[in-house]
Amino acid sequence: MKALVSVKRVVDYNVRVQVKSDGSGVVTDGVKHSMNPFDEIAMEEAVRLKEKGKLTEIVAVTIGGAKNEETLRTALAFGADRAIHIKEEGEVQPLTAAKAFAAVLKKEDAKLFIAGKQAIDDDANQTGQMVAALLDIAQATFASKVEVDGNKATVTREVDAGLETIEVDLPAVITTDLRLNEPRYLKLPDIMKAKKKPLDATTFADLGVTPGAGFKVTKTVPPPTRSKGVMVKTVDELVAALKAKGLL
Amino acid sequence: MSKILIIGEIADGKLNSGTAKVVAAAKGIGGDIVIALLGKDVGVAADAAAKLDGVAKVLKVERAENEHILAATFAPQIAELAKDYSHVLFAGTAFGKDIAPRVAAKLDVQQLSDIMHVHGASSFDRPIYAGNAITTVEAPAGTVVATVRLASFTAVGEGGSAAIEAASTSAALPSHTRFVKMEAQKSERPDLQAAAKVVSGGRALGSSENFKVIYDFADKIGAAVGASRAAVDSGYVPNDLQVGQTGKIIAPELYFAVGISGAIQHLAGIKDARTIVAINKDAEAPIFEVADYGLVGDLFQVVPELQGKV
Repeated sequence: MKALVSVKRVVDYNVRVQVKSDGSGVVTDGVKHSMNPFDEIAMEEAVRLKEKGKLTEIVAVTIGGAKNEETLRTALAFGADRAIHIKEEGEVQPLTAAKAFAAVLKKEDAKLFIAGKQAIDDDANQTGQMVAALLDIAQATFASKVEVDGNKATVTREVDAGLETIEVDLPAVITTDLRLNEPRYLKLPDIMKAKKKPLDATTFADLGVTPGAGFKVTKTVPPPTRSKGVMVKTVDELVAALKAKGLL
Repeated sequence: MSKILIIGEIADGKLNSGTAKVVAAAKGIGGDIVIALLGKDVGVAADAAAKLDGVAKVLKVERAENEHILAATFAPQIAELAKDYSHVLFAGTAFGKDIAPRVAAKLDVQQLSDIMHVHGASSFDRPIYAGNAITTVEAPAGTVVATVRLASFTAVGEGGSAAIEAASTSAALPSHTRFVKMEAQKSERPDLQAAAKVVSGGRALGSSENFKVIYDFADKIGAAVGASRAAVDSGYVPNDLQVGQTGKIIAPELYFAVGISGAIQHLAGIKDARTIVAINKDAEAPIFEVADYGLVGDLFQVVPELQGKV
């Protein structure tokens, strides 16, 4: 059984992003990038499923320009068997990405599509659900536990009230939450081996995907800043201050 | 004029408090506001929804298959209802985030996540990069499917008396997704997402037992309890208490960050709090950069003392 895992190259989660002064976006040039942390969790889960004998092949897929090849090499170092690079230089919105992933999923006849629940750049949290909708297959979002058994998967999901467990027939989409697993540290031999693994390129045109109308960003600004408050020395001082504001 | 369909969220038979905030966002768009409630028996929630100010109509979509909330079965029905509307809005909760993209894809439109400000029927602000940048976006022609960032809106009042109607859906529903169980944390404490006061604990609590100091103080002042990702990851508290970029985004009047260093991902969840109090033994902790009141000290001494003095 084959799994398709989507991975996205994003500004590293430790970088404090800066908004460009002309309001045209955030500074991404010369800024450290890495694989979206939720996608690392998706890769790790796929590798663990393969180690348990539930999967026979893992295919990593990404959409983006030339630099995204690094992200696919990282996925291959995690343990993907091969990778597909959907080459696209422009901005790609979730439904368009989902159409491309759905096309690859069908072509590959993969039974699982595993993706991070959101990318930490646009924080959209949409693509996995859209892939499931386009193919009319099951979705199990925000997964914190995944068990695959034959043509079914049992997934525990992190929802607002607590933990929900659902059972889905395969093929299915699973999106990963933070506590699903702790991604492994990549070892040098695996990174070296990844350089020799197959990496194929394709395009939206090859996949029959035409980007439709999308949202147009007209302005990007920094958030309103909270001004630094006061430091109090004692609990009495704190209580007095909060009482004076009518908060206690 | 816009015709806005809000998909109300129901938990334990009751209408989620976030729905009143989605109505506030809808009022910003302007137009007819209709709330649809999907479930097996949505009577109680429908009565509550009908009272919300500005709501013209409440649709009850009652089907046996709607007993459990499943995106796979809800989305086709919502997509069917959506054909009469210009906007379909959801709360930006786990419920809305799960279902809205599935509805948008069925309608073949892009989806907007986390509306934080409404400029008009097709112009909105939304956060990116954990709220470290705010973008203004223009929606293309077609149905606008969106989730609303609840912390950015104030709930509407309860002066209304909208008509309640039964609506039926004929969409064929898939059987590939089945509910197994829900493990919900039963708590008498206020709901984290709606509470006026919240006390959150972080990694510095050190253990699940030590979190008692947070619970005790929260109970004394009638606050909800939250936690940083580190505290949840360490297993001190369950996942539904997590506050931050990928947990709950909240806007209480008063927020206590206890033993929380203040990673940007956590700050993303509390930026809209009216007053932030930070208690941390590390004077250099980034949480003090955003706190209105900061106190450097050992939380195990400070919090009980605070509890005794309020």
